[in-house]
Amino acid sequence: MEDKTVICRCEDVTLEEIRTLIQEGFQTIDEIKRMCRCGMGPCQGRTCRAVVSQEISRATGLPLNEVKGPTFRQPIKPVKLGAFLGGDDDGK
Amino acid sequence: MANNMADAVIIGGGVHGCATAYYLAKAGCKRVVLLEKGYLASGGTGRSGAGIRHQFGTEINIRLSSAAVRMMENLEQELEYPRGISLMQKGYLIIAYTETQMEQFAKNVQLQREIDPENLTEILTTEEINRKLPFLNVEGVLGGTFNRRDGHANPFHVVQAFAEAAKRLGVDIRTFTEVVDIRTDQGKVTAVVTDKGEVIQTPVVVNCAGPHGAVVSKMAGVDIPLYPQRHQVAVTEPLEMFLPCMVLDFTHGTWFKQTPDGSLILGVGDPEHEVKEINQRCTWEFMKDVAEKMVFHIPRLKDVVVVRQWAGLYDMTPDSQAILGATPVEGFYLDVGWSGHGFQLGPIVGKIMAELISGQKPCIDVSCMSLERFEKGELIPEPNCV
Ligand SMILES: Cc1cc2nc3c(=O)[nH]c(=O)nc-3n(C[C@H](O)[C@H](O)[C@H](O)COP(=O)(O)OP(=O)(O)OC[C@H]3O[C@@H](n4cnc5c(N)ncnc54)[C@H](O)[C@@H]3O)c2cc1C
Ligand code: FES
Repeated sequence: MEDKTVICRCEDVTLEEIRTLIQEGFQTIDEIKRMCRCGMGPCQGRTCRAVVSQEISRATGLPLNEVKGPTFRQPIKPVKLGAFLGGDDDGK
Repeated sequence: MANNMADAVIIGGGVHGCATAYYLAKAGCKRVVLLEKGYLASGGTGRSGAGIRHQFGTEINIRLSSAAVRMMENLEQELEYPRGISLMQKGYLIIAYTETQMEQFAKNVQLQREIDPENLTEILTTEEINRKLPFLNVEGVLGGTFNRRDGHANPFHVVQAFAEAAKRLGVDIRTFTEVVDIRTDQGKVTAVVTDKGEVIQTPVVVNCAGPHGAVVSKMAGVDIPLYPQRHQVAVTEPLEMFLPCMVLDFTHGTWFKQTPDGSLILGVGDPEHEVKEINQRCTWEFMKDVAEKMVFHIPRLKDVVVVRQWAGLYDMTPDSQAILGATPVEGFYLDVGWSGHGFQLGPIVGKIMAELISGQKPCIDVSCMSLERFEKGELIPEPNCV
């Protein structure tokens, strides 16, 4: 993959930026997310998380399943605030 | 094997630990080691609303916050941090729903001006609030206070800025390293022990462990009245910038802001129902509560999408004020108990801790925040916090 490849489309983060951060010592998904917002976009990392894990694994030699992942929190899917109000149109 | 001798060991890599480490090294302390059990800012700091305000109601907090805002304004330059801390100084509004609150706000503003003649906090009428934030529902609002020099910043980058500057001064920062014991001998600190089995000899230990402050203190044999309390936050999809200032409401326990990327950060404090233990799980009850209260404040948020939620812990004390300074164990220092307002004060308190530890007269007298105040019954309750 080319370094200028945008791997987080929501937040416009390139592979190069991710690799630099990993080199600087940010070697968990959470840290990388907080440094450059990769994974914080509307898709919440569904598109980019796998690539970040792979890059960390490649750079550190850690097996993919040992790369420290982010905490998954509700809402897993984006929800309108109004939907929580109950008895409401799209509340269901 | 890492060097196991230090002049000072700091426990906790939040804003208080990293700022203390930086200022200690800057003051000439040679071998400073900072130990953090997770990554930097993984505690309260990275989970905070990161609001910055002059608007407090006790003398000590007014003095500290006035100094802290000025430090935040110059932080990127002082620490030579290229990424920036996203400081937004577009103001901070606190709204009142009762006469008692309005009376208290008037007192706060008077005190702020007495202490700091440059203080810009002003009292706003409901009409003025309405003009400033036309989308805000002012039903029941009697007025508020506003300071245009207040605002918010990115807590993760503030910590990173301190950590990188500290490293350049030789501070040894070890993440994913937990302190499991503190050794003392004849009433003096001698060493800390990590979960990796390392023993680091040191005459000085600084407890900056936030919500874990009581557990860490206990390791040195010092009991402190501190407990964690969960607070939760919801984050929306990015919206076009419409909310320049941060807003706080003590009646509903709500606060909200819009970050430079456009997301709204919405918080509700619910001390009655929230757990008081080390528990950072998010709940659906909170989502209902935050939705109801935020749609009340800004009705058009009803159609806005929440993309994420997080939870963090306040480190609470009997008067919701910090515990700072020396303890009965020589060399064991405390910088904990910052409740919900400790992010912004990190820079100034780090500087003060460094001054205290290196035997200088601190630039602001913080003796009223000592551990002894609980025994003496000299509490300093802050009227202006959640
Ligand atoms: C939801 C929420 C909103 C907030 N909003 C604001 C706000 O708007 N403005 C404001 O100023 N403040 C706010 N605060 C408060 C602020 O976040 C805290 O007061 C501040 O971050 C405390 O910083 P700290 O460095 O003392 O603690 P922390 O950031 O909690 O750091 C303590 C660190 O110590 C580490 N640690 C603990 N035990 C050990 C151990 N045994 N060994 C090694 N490391 C250990 C932890 O992992 C942690 O990283 C808020 C807090 C929350 C939870
Ligand atoms: S692609 Fe990274 S958050 Fe959506």
